[in-house]
This record gives sequence, C-alpha cells and structure tokens, in this order.
Amino acid sequence: MNLEIWIPYALCGSALIGLGLYGLLVNARLLRRILAFNVIGSGIFLLFGAMARRSGAPYADPVPQAMIITGIVVAIAATALALGLIVAHARAGGGEGLPGDDAMAEVQDDEGLDGMSDGVSDDVSDERPEAQESQR
Amino acid sequence: MMASHFDIALCLLIFSVAAAALLGRQTFMAIVFFITYGLLLALAWLRLDAVDVALAEAAIGAGVTGILLLIARARLKAMDPRDAPLPHPAVRTIAALAAVSISAALGLRIWSLPPSEGLQKAVRARLSEAGTDNPVTAVLLNFRGWDTLLETLVLLAALLGAWTLSRDKDWPGRAGRAHHTLPDGVLAEFGRFLPPVALTIGVYLVWVGGHQPGGAFQGGTVLASAWIVTVMTGLLPAPRVDDASLRTALLAGPIAFVLLATAGLFADRFLYYPPEQAKALLLGLEAALAVAIATTLALLVFGAPQSREET
Amino acid sequence: MNWPLIALVLTISLPLLGALLAVASARFGDWIAGVIAVGTLAAAIGLLFFVNAQGAVTLAVGGWAPPLGIQLIADGTATLFLSTTALIMTIVALFSARSILRRGRNSREMHLFWPLLLLLWGALNAIFVSRDLFNLYVGLELVSLASVALVAIEGSRRTLAAALRYLLFALTGSLLYLLGAVLLYTAHGTLDLGLLAAQLGPDDGLALAAITAGLIVKTALFPFHVWLPPAHAGAPTPASAVLSALVPKASLYILLRVWFDAGPIETASVAMTFLGALGAVAVLHGSLMALRQQRLKLIIAYSTCAQIGYLFVIFPLAAAPAVIGTTGADAAWQGTVFQALSHALAKAAMFLCAGLIIEAVGHDRLDRLAGTARAMPMTMFAFGLAAISLMGLPPSGGFIAKYLLVNAAFDAGAPLWSMVVLIGGLLTAAYLVRPLAATWRSPKDDPNELPPGFVDVARRRQLLPMILALASLALGLFSLLPVTLMGGRP
Repeated sequence: MNLEIWIPYALCGSALIGLGLYGLLVNARLLRRILAFNVIGSGIFLLFGAMARRSGAPYADPVPQAMIITGIVVAIAATALALGLIVAHARAGGGEGLPGDDAMAEVQDDEGLDGMSDGVSDDVSDERPEAQESQR
Repeated sequence: MMASHFDIALCLLIFSVAAAALLGRQTFMAIVFFITYGLLLALAWLRLDAVDVALAEAAIGAGVTGILLLIARARLKAMDPRDAPLPHPAVRTIAALAAVSISAALGLRIWSLPPSEGLQKAVRARLSEAGTDNPVTAVLLNFRGWDTLLETLVLLAALLGAWTLSRDKDWPGRAGRAHHTLPDGVLAEFGRFLPPVALTIGVYLVWVGGHQPGGAFQGGTVLASAWIVTVMTGLLPAPRVDDASLRTALLAGPIAFVLLATAGLFADRFLYYPPEQAKALLLGLEAALAVAIATTLALLVFGAPQSREET
Repeated sequence: MNWPLIALVLTISLPLLGALLAVASARFGDWIAGVIAVGTLAAAIGLLFFVNAQGAVTLAVGGWAPPLGIQLIADGTATLFLSTTALIMTIVALFSARSILRRGRNSREMHLFWPLLLLLWGALNAIFVSRDLFNLYVGLELVSLASVALVAIEGSRRTLAAALRYLLFALTGSLLYLLGAVLLYTAHGTLDLGLLAAQLGPDDGLALAAITAGLIVKTALFPFHVWLPPAHAGAPTPASAVLSALVPKASLYILLRVWFDAGPIETASVAMTFLGALGAVAVLHGSLMALRQQRLKLIIAYSTCAQIGYLFVIFPLAAAPAVIGTTGADAAWQGTVFQALSHALAKAAMFLCAGLIIEAVGHDRLDRLAGTARAMPMTMFAFGLAAISLMGLPPSGGFIAKYLLVNAAFDAGAPLWSMVVLIGGLLTAAYLVRPLAATWRSPKDDPNELPPGFVDVARRRQLLPMILALASLALGLFSLLPVTLMGGRP
C-alpha cells in the first residue's frame, strides 16, 4: 500500500470531529452530549497527532504529543465537572435535559430560559444571611 | 512509514465504534462502546509512535472517563428523571450537513497543507539540558512547563467545582457516598489483589517517565485507580475532604511547582531548571505531581460528599 | 533586582499560589485572599509604571525562546488589563468577605469561593500576558471551569441549569479554538503569535475561522449569548461582578491579539464586517432584552450582552485597507480598549450595588424597590455613576471609548458603525433609567418609609462599588496615561 501512515488517521480524525458534531446536535440527552464532546476532542487530538507524523523524521514530534496529553487531562477535568453538574441538576429536579433545549429554540427563545421571565418566583433571598438555608 | 491494511481497518473500526457510542439506543452500551473507542484510540497512538499519548489515552481517556460515565449513568438511572425533549426533525438534516461539511473542509485542508518541520529537531538539540531523556516529558515539564502547571490547576478547579455540588449539610464529610461491600465477596477479593499491583505499576510509570514513555500523568492515573478500587470495594473508607493529609497530597505537587517557578526569579527567569540539577528537580516534581494527580482523579471519581438518604 | 520581571512573575504566580494556600487552609481563606490581593494589585500597578517608563517586558518561560518555549509579553495594553483586573478582584474580595464569613469558617463556601476566585484571577492574568496559542487555550479552560464552578456554588436547580449550559457553551468554544490552534501549528510549526505573524496567509482561513468562532462563543457575542444572562444573574453577586466584568474580556483579548498581532486582517474584510454586524445586532438585541426585564440582575446581565457588541465594531473599522496606518485605526483600537476597561469597572460596580440592594431588601425586583435610593443613597449614587460610564456620558471612560469609536468610523469612511455606537448609547440610557427610577420612586403611602424588610448596610461596604464606579470615571478624566500605554493599533 502506498499510503503514508498519517493519512488514514488524519482522515479518521476529521471524520470523528464531524461525527461528534452530529452527535452533539441531534442528542438532547446530556450524557450523550458529553460523549459527543469527548469524541470531538479526541478527534481533534487524533488529527493533530497524525499530522505530526507527516515529516519523514524517524521519531515523532514531541510537542504535539505533550499538547495532546495536556488536552486529554483538560478534557477529563471538564468531563468530570460536566457529569457532576448533570447529576446534581437531575437530583435537584431538573430531568436529563436542559429546559428549552431543542437546538432551534435555544437560539430564538431568550426569555423562556429556566423561567427567568416575569411571574415566576425568583429566589435571590438566599443571599441574605438570615435566609441562607432556604435553598438547601 | 507506510500505512498497512491494519491501519485502514483500525480507522474504520474506530469510527464505527464512536458512531455506535453516539447514536445507539441504550446509554449503558453507549458508554461501553465509548470505553472501547478509547482503547482503540490508544492502539492508533501506538501506530503513530506516540506511546506516552497511548498510555494517557488508555488510562485517562478510556479508563477514568469510563468510570465517571458509568457512575453518572448509575446515579441518573436511580433517579429516573424526566426524559429529555427530542430535537426537531429538521435538526438532523442540518446537523448532518454541518458534520459533513466540517469533515470535508478539514479533509481538504489536510490535503493542501504545506509540509512543515515540526519541532523534533529543536527538542532533540536541547534535550540534554532538559534533565530527562524522554522528549515528551522534557516538553511537558521543562520546555512548556508553564502549560503543565496551569493544567494541574485545571484539574484542581474541576475538583473544586465538583465539590460545590455538595449540599451544605453534607459538608465537609467523607467524599462520595458510603459503599457497603461484603467482606468476603468477589469485589473484596479484587480489592485486596488489584491495588498493590496497580500501585507498583503506577510508581514504575512515574519513575520510567524519565527516560521512556511514562510520566506523572500516566503513573498518577494508575495510582488513582489503586485507591479507587480500595475504596469502592469497601476496604478503606473514602477520605474526609477536610483531612489534612489529603489536602497535603492534593496540593504539595502544585505548590512545589509554583514555588519552583517563582524561585526562577533568583536567576532572572521564570520556571527555570538549572541544567546540573534538572534531573533531580524533574524527578522530584514528577513524583509530587503524580501524587497530586492521583489524589485529584480519585476524588473526582469518589464525588462530592453526599449523604445516603437521598436518591 | 530586575523589578519589572519580578512584577510580571508575581502577577501571574501570586493568585495561583494563593488559591493553593486557600485550599490548604480553608479557615483562613479570607486572610489569604486579602494578602494575595494586595500583593497582586501592587505588582500589577508596579508593572504598569515600569512598562510606561521602559517599554514592554518580555519573558521566555524557562529561558526557552519560541518556537520551543512559551513567550510572555507585558505591553501597555496588557498592563492596563492586569491592573483593572487586580482592582476589581481586590474590591470583590473585600465585598465578599462578609457574606462568605457569615456562612461559617468551615462552610462549603469558605472552602471553595476563595480558591476559585483566585484561580480565576490567576488564569486571567496568565491570558493577558501570554503569546502562545496553546498556553492561551489552557488558560481559557481554567477561566471557564473556575467561572462555571463560581456559578454552581449557589446551588439551586435553576442556577445549576445555568452553570451547565454555561459549561456546554464554554466547551464548544474551547474545542473550536483548539481545532484552529492545532491547524495553525500543523501548518507553520509554531504556536507563538509573534512567529506566526509573518507566516499567516489566506490558506489559514479555516484555522482562523475556527479560532474566531470559538472565541466569540466564549465572549457571548450574539447569537451565542444565551448562556450568559441566567448564569450571571444566578451566580452569587460578587461572582457575577467578576464574570460580567472580566471573563468575556479574556476571550475578546485573545481575539484581538490573534487578529491584530498575527492575523492577515487586511485579507479578511468580509469576515470582519460580519463580526461587526454581529456586534451591532448584539447591541440592539441585548438592549431590547434588558428593557424587558423585571429583575435588576438580569438587566445588568443583558446589559453585558449589549456592551460586548461595541467591542466588535473595531474589526470592520480597523481592518479596512484604507485605514491601516492612519489615526482612524489607532482610534478604533484605543476606543475598544477603553470600552473594555471602563465597562469592566462600571459593570462590576453595578453588580456590587445590586448585591447591596439584595442584602438590604432581600430581592431585586424592580416593582418593589420603591424607597431604596432614599435608604441607601451612596449605593444608588455609585450605581448612577456606573450608569453614566455605560451610557457613554462625559467625563467617563465610556464616553472616551464611544468618542474614539465614532471618530474611527468616520475616518474609515464607514459612518454607519458610528450609528451603532450612538443608538446603543440611547438604548443603554433607556434600560438603565428604569432601575434608577424604580429605586428613586417613593413608596405609595409614606414618602419617608423604608422599603419592606429593609436591613441596614454598612457604609464601608457601600464604598466598595463607589470606588469602582469612580475608577471608571477616572479612566476618562485621566485618560492620558492609559492612551499612552495602549498605543496605536498594533
């Protein structure tokens, strides 16, 4: 086969980025969205790592590798926080999606956000020291 | 190097497994597919001569991420939350178009990229001054050490963020929820057998990172897994979040890193390793960072302090 | 003793060290934060004066010059951002001490608020001085995670939803930015903006588009602003102050550096016009949404969305080929930096005033605020001063900003952009007059009656937003030093 090694992996990386984007847009369930983010991220890393192998040098460029390792760690930090928030939000009664969450509505509908518009009780009272236990 | 049929097959497999993870029906299978995807990616990294990355991907990308996902799924399932609204049908088409165009644009860009040297030669040229024989470690801790310092703080920020999700009444208790395990069951047996093995491998990985693939992140993750298994199988209670030795383990590495960086001012530098002491400094720093990373990852897996009464 | 270097290093390392110490010793988090704040503020102001006297301070981390290592540069603009951030953070730290301490020295907030605030500060400072694309990425991630955590600390279901939405948008922005940075390294073998400057060309369009898209998502430019109002209104008020005043400026700052220090801005006039158009829509949409809100914190949050729009007018103005090298381009650059800084100070002051109102009367609904101004005149005076700056009335920093932008628009032969600035000023006046009027209104029955449930607020604390509001005006009154530091269009 007369294909350099980086080509299939770079194309795979590009495909993964697109796939992840698709998964992000069509999935409303938050856990799947986190999977989609991770796929996009690892697709970017794969693309990067493959391209780093382009030159004919016998060893790989260590700078992209270091950056990818950093990226992997940053990704898990964000994933951990996101998953924690998803579980905490659901535990507080929020369901597994975000309110007003289909992709179109997110762009058009500002005031329906979480009932922030008039008529819904808005509880900033827990900023007053006496009422600090109200949300807990 | 030339691609072989194995590479083509691996790429197709990676893509299919990722698609199954994102588009399949059941969440549990999706997560399993995702973990598999991570392991396959590690194979891809091996083929691309990026062994350090392969280790990191397998341990962190597939391993710890997988655990976090499974735990999140279990907790969500137990709550039986309202289902998320389905997206509008037009969204699928738009999403598909967007996905294809992005991938195509990237593919075209790849084709038209100018050949570029990369920094292999620059790294090799200064490697002897860096205090390590592993070029990736040299870049991570020395040449671009400032990135790594910020990155350990990113991990800390995520942990602090996870801790904000604890309830006031549960603070500052033991991390996560209490586990009840049969002392003679299979899980407990694993708990007795696995951690020492993981501990040995973890320490080895940190040590060997000085001259071969390995290092603080990979080793730290394996150390974290040793602790996670011990706690999950009930052999040790989860630590209290305000425990002094826990906080020391968590912070000694990053504090040493920041102090070392600032101490560079004595040489009119920032984050400077004098070449004669670089090897010792790097090894010490890697060890401290590995402990910090292990502690942070384990605490992220345990979760914020939470009492058992809630769902 | 290389004092400028010491000042630079301290501005980035002190907050981070402080954060670590605040985790180590949570009981004394407030003391640690206070000491670190004073130290960092001193370092930032010191650096400002050093750079004014001797020119930019550069530092290659570890002694490794780019492309192998990371380059940090503190030039005039960077020191202005560093000093403004330091002032706002110090005041916010002083402001928060009381409400956090009331929860107890072993409480969740005590353990978490100080480290998160200091991590955010350190990350912002790291961004302001960095010239390396990947270093900026890690800094942005730290800013995002710390910000999301500060929103989530409040804990109600709605705030958790807001934090989650914020995180999802932030992750999207980060991934887009990372994609662009990766493509640039792959094409040119370096991540340093200085080295890339000579090499970027039209082929890098995809990479630059990805970086720009990622950064405008993080800056909450229309239409990617939907996450901002609920997050900033739902966060604890001192956190809102920092989130609105400083966090969007970090990603904007990177965008400015990428395009003006490195990017082939002359060849991208269509994209630049598009960015300017989005900015114009942001000003209109944000202002109109602010007019419809009934809660003070939401008004202020939507105001941020609107004011961010002004910051994008620079792109069409400074990119037009006819303008390069003229005073018009300089005016656009200076106007934008003035806008960013005076908005930061005024917005932080406004949020702190809102926080004081909430402490005093227990809520922030406009229809029940009658009599508040009579009861806490200093706070409402500070609010009014901040409003003057946001509306762009002389002699505030906001006025200088708008004046410069209007001049630049005429110089570039594109007077339509000046309409954006001017109409925006009118709309700002409209939506800010509403809360002012609501608080100045007397209660129906008895003009001297206090609002229901009024709790007195210490004069000391009312002074804090006043300091920030006055600083926003001082920026306009004493504008010579800032203008010298900002310099012309880079």
